[in-house]
Amino acid sequence: MEHYLSLFVSAVFVENMALMLFLGMCTFLAVSKKVETAIGLGIAVVVVQAITVPVNNLIFHYLLKDGALAWAGLPDVDLSFLGFLCYIGVIAAMVQILEMFLDKFVPALYNALGVFLPLITVNCAILGASLFMVERSYTFPESMVYGVGAGFGWALAIVLLAGIREKMKYSDVPSGLRGLGITFVSTGLMSLGFMSFSGLTL
Amino acid sequence: MSMNKTILIRPIFADNPIALQILGVCSALAVTTSLSVTLVMCVALTSVVAFSNLFISMIRNQMPSSIRIIIQMTIIASLVILVDQLLKAFAYEISKQLSVFVGLIITNCIVMGRAEAFAMKNPPIPSFIDGVGNGLGYSVVLIVVGTLRELFGSGSLLGITILPTVANGGWYQPNGLMLLAPSAFFIIGFFIWVLRNKYSEQVEKDEFAMAPHTTEQGAH
Repeated sequence: MEHYLSLFVSAVFVENMALMLFLGMCTFLAVSKKVETAIGLGIAVVVVQAITVPVNNLIFHYLLKDGALAWAGLPDVDLSFLGFLCYIGVIAAMVQILEMFLDKFVPALYNALGVFLPLITVNCAILGASLFMVERSYTFPESMVYGVGAGFGWALAIVLLAGIREKMKYSDVPSGLRGLGITFVSTGLMSLGFMSFSGLTL
Repeated sequence: MSMNKTILIRPIFADNPIALQILGVCSALAVTTSLSVTLVMCVALTSVVAFSNLFISMIRNQMPSSIRIIIQMTIIASLVILVDQLLKAFAYEISKQLSVFVGLIITNCIVMGRAEAFAMKNPPIPSFIDGVGNGLGYSVVLIVVGTLRELFGSGSLLGITILPTVANGGWYQPNGLMLLAPSAFFIIGFFIWVLRNKYSEQVEKDEFAMAPHTTEQGAH
């Protein structure tokens, strides 16, 4: 239990997807103008991460890994080079299914998330989490914890940045730095703040 | 011909994918701690963008629009797999340092963005050139950031010592911040500032502009 808790904390704070690993930056910068939309997108990312990372973990262990096809009578087959194609396929399919599911059963949330759901497919944080899961060879339970943690960390970062930007629009920024420039600088400062978590373990 | 030249040159400064279109920022920040890794990443990304644009543009008239995203994804992912395998075969050390970021070219918004915005509407050759141009625009930002970070962070370029560090008996005290994550944000932020001072039409409008100062007596 302690091991999983520590994995979660490190995925949220120490290896924060957005601020420490720079993943999902495009959406992070583009959709962080309002806190409300940031929360919506954050929730969507957590949900998609929590599903795709474990699913990709299963795919990797039972289909792609060297010798993983032994159950099908093919012990010498190594399909790991097909990894990228499979992971992105799973992510695209999951996002599509989630979209249809929400449309049918939770229309309120669907309308709130609407535009952001398709965007999530090309959010590098999602693919990044799957690739890290493979690179660090997490087990299935670990991958579940890591998926939720990575998503939560990203959501936390985007909500914080949106909070800052909501206040910042009233400030008098030098004209060239206005908008994107000052957002980069303040993200840098947030990232400095998150660095103080490094080395944190439970 | 001049048309093609414009397509090639425009994305480098005037319509830079990172600084103006906010595309492909993630890898720009993560792979820039040393210049050699940065260069490999630039070559990898430029070739993927150029060829994905070329292939997508070739089949753009046969593609049903409802499943075009999946087709584009498949083409891009196949190209990235090719790049990844080549790197693993010929530059194993660098592919280890790039770790997941080669795979993340798939979700690099520049690739998808250019496929959607340009390759779907234009013939193959201009699309290819547009891909190269955007790849170069991305490379310029990456190389600037990579050079600054490696030079000031560890006093060397491409592994060759330029500023001898104190630890090795020289005079330069390396700036540790440059090797850490936040410095990349600052450098890109200031890069955008410089770029927008030159191309003032890129400046974003202020939502809540300050009222001009009033100098009349009794205004307080």
